[in-house]
Amino acid sequence: MRVTALRRMKLLTHNMLTSHVKGVKNGYPLKIEVNEMKIREVDFNPEFISRMIPRLEWKALYEAAQSLDVVGNLSPEVVKDYENDEDFLKEAHRVLMEVEVIKGFLICPESGRKFPIENGIPNMLLNEGEVGDAGPSQSGTSQDDDSMQ
Amino acid sequence: MLNFIRLFRLISGINLHRLHTNFIHTTMASCRRPEHQAPPEVFYDDTEARKYTSNSRMIEIQMTMADRAIELLALPEDKPCFVLDVGCGSGLSGEALTEHGHFWIGMDISKPMLGIAEEREVEGDLFVGDMGEGVFFRPGTFDGVISISALQWLCNADKKTHNPPKRLYRFFSTLYGTMRRGSRAVFQFYPENSHQLELITSQAMRAGFSGGVVVDFPNSTRAKKMFLCLFAGLLNPQLPTGLGTGQGPQGSDQVAYSGQRQRFRNLKGKPLKKSRDWIKEKKERRRRQGKGDFKADSKYSGRKRSKKF
Repeated sequence: MRVTALRRMKLLTHNMLTSHVKGVKNGYPLKIEVNEMKIREVDFNPEFISRMIPRLEWKALYEAAQSLDVVGNLSPEVVKDYENDEDFLKEAHRVLMEVEVIKGFLICPESGRKFPIENGIPNMLLNEGEVGDAGPSQSGTSQDDDSMQ
Repeated sequence: MLNFIRLFRLISGINLHRLHTNFIHTTMASCRRPEHQAPPEVFYDDTEARKYTSNSRMIEIQMTMADRAIELLALPEDKPCFVLDVGCGSGLSGEALTEHGHFWIGMDISKPMLGIAEEREVEGDLFVGDMGEGVFFRPGTFDGVISISALQWLCNADKKTHNPPKRLYRFFSTLYGTMRRGSRAVFQFYPENSHQLELITSQAMRAGFSGGVVVDFPNSTRAKKMFLCLFAGLLNPQLPTGLGTGQGPQGSDQVAYSGQRQRFRNLKGKPLKKSRDWIKEKKERRRRQGKGDFKADSKYSGRKRSKKF
């Protein structure tokens, strides 16, 4: 198969993903083991970034950036009035959208289960026996509304 | 009409997936459905996935369905949103999302299909995942969820450990957690029969969703499309109306004006013996009782014979 351009996993996706191996209570944040990564320029959309910031777990993002050695000028805390702070948004954009993991592993912090990343596509499939029960355990926690309509 | 379609299939030798995207819901239990042939990770192999870049008709059908699903999703136009595409495949529906200015993450179980998506240089992030194992993101991540022709795969048990109702429930309940309050999920799907439809909707309701099924062009066999519209955390959602149903959004709760007078003659008592109404009623009674020895209704039922006989 001819592959012209490789897709990579962004840190934005990493910040949202949780582990779901059976019996794991807190599968967040996933650790990243990188074999190959790349930085690719993406159009800067300040509105989208500032809309995503309340949904991010900033600490996890900062730690991920540290482990990939791409911290740069990223501030360790979310600054107040971030919507108007262009420098802050640009740094967030760079780390969230432009840093891309091509090859490596996502590792569940509790069970140590490794999810391989190939061609920038994480494989989150589980084996039989690892599939947990359908528990609505994670619903209804920390959902601050930002009014859809 | 049905026979004609079957004949058409035979002579033109159209490939199986095109059948799926357009014709399949005309027959109730067909062995031609892709779900009956192999599990999704096996069915969508390199050759099948290749069709999504080469077959322009298939691409067109997928794109129209994706556009309609996005319309039903009713995301705010001026704000860039974050959307999950379940069963994104080659990323056609994702491209439609990008056109509308939204950002998305796609999941699919078939690696060759994701390979095609990668080749098409789609904007969103992709990952391999089985929807029946659940969708695991942090709570309140997505502004909307979209899925084109994927949900019916969940109704099949492809492994010994698979239990369709459980897998559906796990999918819906974990999905509910990842969506923001007041957001919508729109699934275009091909239920095989009413039982499957019932199973899917009941599991979605059990997981806490409200909403229902919107049917576009219900009277056409070819253009008919079903969309399951689910709402996360809305009390009184207004379900959108399907296209081609002949009713506008405002007229649905009003009685239509009719120029005809109601006839009272037929309302009381039984109809005249041997009359058309009498025959119809009798047939209806036989049908209810499950006695099958009656002819189907046609324009000739209860008509007088011509003088020749």
